[in-house]
Amino acid sequence: MAEALISLIQKKRATIVSKWFDSTVQAYPHDTAVFLKSQKDQFANPVGSSTRQGIETLMDQLVGEMAPDAIKAGLDPIMRIRAVQSLSPARATTFIFALKQILRELFRKELQEADMARQFFDLEARIDRFALDGFDIYMGCRERVLDLKANEMRNRTFRAFKRAGLVAEGTDNEPKE
Amino acid sequence: MAEKQPTPKEMLDRIDYQPPHVDWMETPLDIRKGMYCYAANPKSVATLGLPNARPWNPLDADWKLPENWQQIIHEGFKERLERFRSVKVFMDICVRCGACADKCHYFIGTGDPKNMPVLRAELLRSVYRNDFTRLGKLLGKANGARPLTLDVLKEWWYYLFQCSECRRCSLFCPYGIDTAEITIFGRELLNLVGLNIDWIATPVSNCYMNGNHLGIQPHAFKDMLDFFVDDIEEKTGVKVAPKYMKKGADILFITPSGDVFADPGTYTAMGYMMLFHYLEEKYGLDVTWSTYASEGGNFGFFTSHETMKRLNAKMYAEAKRLGVKWILGGECGHMWRVINQYMDTMNGPADFLDVPVNPITGTRFESARSTKMVHITEFTADLIRNGKLDLDPARNDHLKVTYHDSCNPSRGMGLFEEPRYVINNVCKHFYEMPANTIREQTFCCGSGAGLNAGENMELRLSGGLPRANAVKHVHEKYGVNMLACVCAIDRAALPTLMDYWVPEVQVTGVHELVANALNLPGQAERTTNLRGEDLEELKAQAEGETDEG
Repeated sequence: MAEALISLIQKKRATIVSKWFDSTVQAYPHDTAVFLKSQKDQFANPVGSSTRQGIETLMDQLVGEMAPDAIKAGLDPIMRIRAVQSLSPARATTFIFALKQILRELFRKELQEADMARQFFDLEARIDRFALDGFDIYMGCRERVLDLKANEMRNRTFRAFKRAGLVAEGTDNEPKE
Repeated sequence: MAEKQPTPKEMLDRIDYQPPHVDWMETPLDIRKGMYCYAANPKSVATLGLPNARPWNPLDADWKLPENWQQIIHEGFKERLERFRSVKVFMDICVRCGACADKCHYFIGTGDPKNMPVLRAELLRSVYRNDFTRLGKLLGKANGARPLTLDVLKEWWYYLFQCSECRRCSLFCPYGIDTAEITIFGRELLNLVGLNIDWIATPVSNCYMNGNHLGIQPHAFKDMLDFFVDDIEEKTGVKVAPKYMKKGADILFITPSGDVFADPGTYTAMGYMMLFHYLEEKYGLDVTWSTYASEGGNFGFFTSHETMKRLNAKMYAEAKRLGVKWILGGECGHMWRVINQYMDTMNGPADFLDVPVNPITGTRFESARSTKMVHITEFTADLIRNGKLDLDPARNDHLKVTYHDSCNPSRGMGLFEEPRYVINNVCKHFYEMPANTIREQTFCCGSGAGLNAGENMELRLSGGLPRANAVKHVHEKYGVNMLACVCAIDRAALPTLMDYWVPEVQVTGVHELVANALNLPGQAERTTNLRGEDLEELKAQAEGETDEG
C-alpha cells in the first residue's frame, strides 16, 4: 500500500486540487478557462463548479477506498459535460492523466526513494482506474446522446402515424426504450 | 517494415494540454457536427420566395452562393443600418466591457468563446467597422475591423444559429444592447444569400401554406382535437365540444401547433379544451378555435422582419373575419415576443377589436390594451383570483413542481407572477429554482429561435446545461419531479434535456396542471390524470419516496 505517499498527498491536498483543477480547465480556450476559474457561483458557472466538485470527490477516492460508486459520482458530471462539448475523447479525458504529472512534479524529491517510487506505481494504477472509468462514462454519454436523437425522431413519427389513424387500434405496439 | 513507433517519451511530449492562445479573429472556424442544423430544403425556400433556393451542405467548401454575394450583404447591411436605428446604435456603442460575456447559456455550456454575446456580435461589428466606419477603413485590424471573406460569412452562419435570441445577455448590458436584435439582423442578412436552416425554413413554409408550422391541414387539425375530445371523455367522463371558426364568438383562441401534435404539449392542449368547456357550461363563455390561424408561434421571426409579418398577419385577419372581441393566446414562447414587441406596429393597430375584458370577472386587461391579445395564464389567474374555478389540487399532490420562466414571456413581456399564481393554486408543492436562474434572469432551454432540431443535439444539450443544472439542484434539495413551463418549444425540448441531465424530472405545461385539478360539471370519478396514470399509484409512490427521504 501507499500509506506514506498518501499522507504526503493529504498534507498538500489543497495545492494538488488547485493545480489539478487549473490543468483540467486548460482543455478549454484561454478566455473560457479564465471564466471557469473565476466565477464561483455554481449556477452561473455549472461547468466550473461541477468540475471542481468532481475533482474533490476523485481526490477523496485517490487517497481513500476507491469506491466504484464514489468514483462514478466524481467523474460523471465532468464527463457528461465534456461528452456534449467540442472536446474529443482524448482531450476530454486528458485531465485524468494530468494528475500523474502534477504529483510527479510536486513530489519530485520524495519519489527519488525506491519505496516512494513503488508507492507511486500503486497510486498510478488508481489514476488509471479513473481514466478507464472516465472512458466508459464518456462513451455511455455519447451513446445516450444518440439514443435521445433516435427517440425524438421515433416519438415524432410514431405518434404522428398513430394520430393519423395509421396504427391498428388496441395494440400496445408503441416502441419502448 | 512498419513505421517506427514513437517512444513513450516522444508520445508524452506530443500531448498538448492547452489549446493555443490566439486572438479570436485568428481562431479558424471548425464546423462541428452536432452543433449546427441542416441547411434549408430548397423547396421551402422557394415557396417563401426567399433568395438562392438550392441544395447545399455546410460541410462542403462550396456553399453555392450567388456570385455577387459580398455586394448583396454589403448593400443589405447598409439598407438595414438606415432602416433600423437600433442596429446602427448597437453596432456603434458597445465598449466591449464584457458584462454580457459569461451570461449566455451557449457560452456557459459549450465553452466556446465565440458564443460570448460580445464576440458573437463582434463577428458582425468587425465587418461593420471595415465597411462603414472611417476609423475601421483606416486602421483595419488595429480597430477591430476585417473584410467580409467567405470564412467570415461561414462563421456568421455557424454562430448566429448558435444564439436562441433569448436576450439574457441584454439584461446585463449597461447600454441595453439587445443581442437578440443583432442575431435577428444577422440572420436576415444571411437569408439574402440563401443561408438558412431547415428547422426554420420548412416550418415557415408550412405555416405560410397551411397555417401552422407542422403543415397540419385544416381537417387533420380538427381530427387531432377530436382525438383529444375522446381522450378527455375517457379520463373524465365528460365530452367537451370545441368550436371551430365560429363567427361572432367572443374570443378567438390561438396556440402553438406543437401543443396539438407533440407530447407532453398535447396534455396542455387538452387542458385548454377542458377549461373552455368548464367556462362555457358554468358561465356561457364563447371561445372558438381556428384551423386557419392554427399557429401561435412564428418562425418567421427567426428569418426576417418581412417573413415574421407575413405569418403574423393571419391572427388579426382571422379575428377580423370571425368578428370576435379579442384574442386569447396559449402557452407559447416567442409568439408573445412577436405580439408584444412587433405585432402592433407590423400589422396593427387592431382597432376593430375590443380592449380585452374577461366576461366572467369583468377584469379589463390593461396590459393588452394595445395588442388585444391576452396570455392564458393571465386569464386563468384572474379566474382563480375571483373564485370562478372549482379546483381540487389534491390530484396534483404527488407532484413537486418547479417553474421554468420561458425566455420570451418573461423577458419579452414581463410575465412572472401569473403562472406562479396559477401553479400555486393547483399544486401543493412548489419550489423555486435559484434566483439567478429564474424570472428575468431565466436560462434558455437551449433550443429556442428555431434550434430545436435533432441533428444539433450536442448544442441543445450543452446550451441547456445551465437550466438543467438549476433543475438538478431543486431535484436534489426538494425532490422536485415536475418542471412546468409556458412554451411549446420548452415542452418539446426540455424532456430530452431532462433525460440527459436529470432523468427523474418530467415536463408539463401549466394548463395540464390546471386541468388535472379542475372539477368538470358532471364528471365521473377521476382515477387517472390526463396522461392516463393512476392517481392512487402515483400518490402511493410519492408517499413512499417521502418516507425514504
